[in-house]
Formats: sequence, structure tokens, C-alpha cells
Amino acid sequence: MTDLSALLETLRPQLLRYARLQLRNPAWAEDAVSETLLAALEKPEAFAGRAQPKTWLIGILKHKLVDQVRRHARECSTGPDDEDGAVEEQLFDETGHFRERPADWGDPQASLGQQQFLAVLDACVEKLPNQLGRVFLMREWLELDTEEICKELAVTPTNLWVMLHRARLRLRECLQLNWFGERRTAP
Amino acid sequence: MILRRSCREAARLITARLDGPLPLADRVALRLHLMACDACPRFDRQMRWLHTAMGRWRASADAGALRENE
Repeated sequence: MTDLSALLETLRPQLLRYARLQLRNPAWAEDAVSETLLAALEKPEAFAGRAQPKTWLIGILKHKLVDQVRRHARECSTGPDDEDGAVEEQLFDETGHFRERPADWGDPQASLGQQQFLAVLDACVEKLPNQLGRVFLMREWLELDTEEICKELAVTPTNLWVMLHRARLRLRECLQLNWFGERRTAP
Repeated sequence: MILRRSCREAARLITARLDGPLPLADRVALRLHLMACDACPRFDRQMRWLHTAMGRWRASADAGALRENE
């Protein structure tokens, strides 16, 4: 049992990084990871018997992350911040037109095949402002549907829609800048 | 008139489409806009690209292949 415990402890730092990325709060992340490791320790045969124990462990973590979100929903603000709206102002002029034509990113497979790309995308996800990042990963990693997210966070569909939109615009901007080349919009 | 949308509005519909089907009026308005606009079809492709990329990110995260050593 101590072997399993020691093994799980070596995975704790990575689980913490994941949890912090989703929750954007170190204390909640600690709780989620501790609960995950405890749950795994309760089922040593399940851990040992798997071809991919790490995947199983992360599956547990994702459930614990949803629990944490639920538990702390009221401490998260319920709508988009004004300053998060800046990304839209950068992209569109007063008449609602793109200031610059979006670039052609070509075939995704060309980029997705490169290990470096995932690291850049990951860094861009991390750079999202906390609230946008939380909501974006609830959708894109925890794969909650929009109704569930609205329910868990007590936000309106419209507010969620705006936050997801801004998160995606920011990610797009970050990739444009850090992967595809120079910044294409006005500073 | 209600069907004519700006790129700014079309962009919102394009990202919203990733999360579920649009209401009929929005769907029609977006299709019309994409036919008439130079920039938005490119933005649409970028958003689909991003969606595909996040699928890969997710697979990598689920396998514990991200953030292994920091």
C-alpha cells in the first residue's frame, strides 16, 4: 500500500497543475487533488489493474473538479467583466467590420502533429483571465453542456455565451500571435 | 433588415454554433452573411480549427501528457 501511496504522490504535482488550470484557485485545487488521491487509495486494485492508470486517475480528478466548481460557485462572479470585452473592441471597428481580415491557418493537422503546438495552446489557455478560463475549460475539457454550466455557476445563458465567445477570441488572438506569426490586429 | 448582421454579430453566432444549434433566424442570417462576406468565412474556419485543436488538447490532458514537468 505504501508503494501505491508513494506512486500517487509523484503524480500530485501534475494533478495540481491541471486542477489549478481549471479552478484558478490554489486552495480549491489542493482540495480536488487530495480528494482524488484519497479516492484512488481506496481502490488499489482498480489502479493496479489498468493499462492506463494515469487516465483513470485524471478521470476521477475531473469529477472532483466539477464538485469543487459546484461547491464554490457562489464565490465566482456571475457575469463577464467589462475589461474582458476589450478583445472584441480590438477586432472590430465601430461599424462592426473586422479591422483586419482573419488569416488562413491552413490544415490543422500540420500544426497538431507538432508537440510544440500543444504547449503553445496550453500556455494560451493558461493566459485566459480566470473567469473566462474556468468557463472555457468547463465546456472544452470537463465537457459540460452549456445548460449544466449555467446551472452550476448560476449564470444566464447570455452571459455564458458572451464569456465563451471572449475566451475563444482571446485564444484565437494568442495563437495568431504565438504560433502563426505576427499580431494581426491593432494594439 | 433583421437578417442583416455585422461581422461582429456574425462572429458571435459563429462561436455560439460550436456549443449547439442556432435558432432558425440566426442560422439563416449567418448563412446569408457568410455568403456575402470576405472575412467571416475565414474566422469560421479559424474557430473550427480551434475547436479541433482543443479536442487534441483534451485528449492529451486526459492521458496525463500535458504539464508533466514544470
